[in-house]
Amino acid sequence: MMLSKGLKRKREEEREKETLAVDAWWLDPSLPAAAQAPPAAASSSLFDLSVLKLHHSLRQGEPDLRHLVLVVNTLRRIQASMAPAPTLPPVPSPPTAPCAADSLLASSDAALSASMASLLEDLSHIEGLSQAPQPLVDEGPPGRPVGGSPPSLGALDLLGPATGCLLDDELEGLFEDIDTSMYDSELWAPASEGLKPGPEDGPGKEEALELDEAELDYLLDVLVGTQALERPPGPGR
Amino acid sequence: MAGAGGGGCPAGGNDLQWCFSQVKGAIDEDVAEADIISTVEFNHSGDLLATGDKGGRVVIFQREQENKSRPHSRGEYNVYSTFQSHEPEFDYLKSLEIEEKINKIRWLPQQNAAHFLLSTNDKTIKLWKISERDKRAEGYNLKDEDGRLRDPFRITALRVPILKPMDLMVEASPRRIFANAHTYHINSISVNSDHETYLSADDLRINLWHLEITDRSFNIVDIKPANMEELTEVITAAEFHPHQCNVFVYSSSKGTVRLCDMRSSALCDRHSKFFEEPEDPSSRSFFSEIISSISDVKFSHSGRYMMTRDYLSVKVWDLNMESRPVETHQVHEYLRSKLCSLYENDCIFDKFECCWSGSDSAIMTGSYNNFFRMFDRNARRDVTLEASRENSKPRASLKPRKVCTGGKRKKDEISVDSLDFNKKILHTAWHPAENIIAVAATNNLYIFQDKVN
Repeated sequence: MMLSKGLKRKREEEREKETLAVDAWWLDPSLPAAAQAPPAAASSSLFDLSVLKLHHSLRQGEPDLRHLVLVVNTLRRIQASMAPAPTLPPVPSPPTAPCAADSLLASSDAALSASMASLLEDLSHIEGLSQAPQPLVDEGPPGRPVGGSPPSLGALDLLGPATGCLLDDELEGLFEDIDTSMYDSELWAPASEGLKPGPEDGPGKEEALELDEAELDYLLDVLVGTQALERPPGPGR
Repeated sequence: MAGAGGGGCPAGGNDLQWCFSQVKGAIDEDVAEADIISTVEFNHSGDLLATGDKGGRVVIFQREQENKSRPHSRGEYNVYSTFQSHEPEFDYLKSLEIEEKINKIRWLPQQNAAHFLLSTNDKTIKLWKISERDKRAEGYNLKDEDGRLRDPFRITALRVPILKPMDLMVEASPRRIFANAHTYHINSISVNSDHETYLSADDLRINLWHLEITDRSFNIVDIKPANMEELTEVITAAEFHPHQCNVFVYSSSKGTVRLCDMRSSALCDRHSKFFEEPEDPSSRSFFSEIISSISDVKFSHSGRYMMTRDYLSVKVWDLNMESRPVETHQVHEYLRSKLCSLYENDCIFDKFECCWSGSDSAIMTGSYNNFFRMFDRNARRDVTLEASRENSKPRASLKPRKVCTGGKRKKDEISVDSLDFNKKILHTAWHPAENIIAVAATNNLYIFQDKVN
């Protein structure tokens, strides 16, 4: 993300004021940080920001693990502080009772955990795929020799659609209990094609999905041998 | 305000005055991504200075011999060798590009006329040999001067080829390629004091290699959880102890450092020492963990101390005391109130390196706006300097800089909101014996020396 000189951005000054207010709050020496509950609005905007970052990170073909882990840990902290919050961002329908609000957060947490688990499991599966077998050492070596047979390839549940649930404005998305990641094999579709809906996605979303189906058909044809491979699969950067 | 830069000369803690010496790189405002310097390292004598960039190239500068007729040249660094170390690769299985960016360069101690260095990108480490050729053989029996083979039956007399001087040619050749041992991104390499082995660390594992053997390595640290869902911490840096060949340290994203002894067990998953400073409850925030994440760890030359760099500070630790650092130096504390914005624009994830002076009396690290900070440990003074083209007149003294945190801005001060967060100094290096420093500012390499030198 390119920055202009200095920290201030010309747009979204309201948001900046809000975030600076958060900063200022944390600096207040009279308030012991642990004892106070943060203002719900500020935490909520940080929450949204963190979810955006997580989404962006997960969309990378090979996410920066350090960045990912730090964002997830920060997100968990924010969630933990938001858990007993009485107010929530408004939802379209149906209207939620306070007890349902808790389950909303809980399910979003579940969706988050599911998507994180899905991604991290995938990383461990992929490790098995790419590990080049190396000769094992004979004599007693220090440590473990690297190499050996790769773990069995389980369901390649790459980037399940659970990730998208968090960003759906639709309430139904949050309660989706069928994990279709097993059926959506993203092995051949470049991750950067953005199958996941984001808040900024609008009319482009259907287009992107169509494109991927066409690509999938094309690749299947290549596999079957009816077509020669004309272009390499797109990199998932 | 601190008067001069840090760095003790052998005679004792005199005041030093840092001066501009040289700048390498394009002046163009438009910076090509490939030209961004990603690592800087002096060799053990300080005569060679290597840089790696995002384009996978390595450029080595050599210090010129002091010339009596030009006393002011004071040993300038000029290009010695340039080569393409790593190329972009494509992992077809994962459908991913592997960046050619050089993450780290480490020199091997010199054992003969040739120089050796290790350079690494995210996945592959290479051992390069840099050698000089200043003679060539003439008068071969089996081939002509222009290289054409002679018919052996036509040869009636034999001659001994003679060596003739030629223009100096510096050749870089890859001698070893250490590949396929890292699933995650390599962040560190460190040559052991035994000169035979080295370690490489990625986000979750550390491997031990023998310099002669490329087809296998030993895994000595593995923090990957059985269930990846439980992953909460990654390895951020690792280094061998400068003298004890069985000891190394590794830092984590949670702000901890573990010291491991390879003699105690084959697998160093259990640490011998655990360094962590307890969190200050009054400064706790959502960003506490991110800013505590250690981006660099370096042993002192003496081997008695180590230094860690987190987002806002550098800490010096006595290896005999795990509970807290013996020194904490604030790099840019004025950013603490801006953490939210820095989180938003991802600057909070920037990884700054740090380095010791040759005598361990001073430490240096980078900041934003092309500022870098020096801390004189003996004199307990610190100074902020800037690497900029404006201060690049030959032998011009560097003026200390100051950031205004609030209230009225004095003349020559710069306010926090005016800092350019695109101009980050992440990589710096200090000559092993003299007061010469190399500072990488995006695509430019600045070399500063002290006036006395």
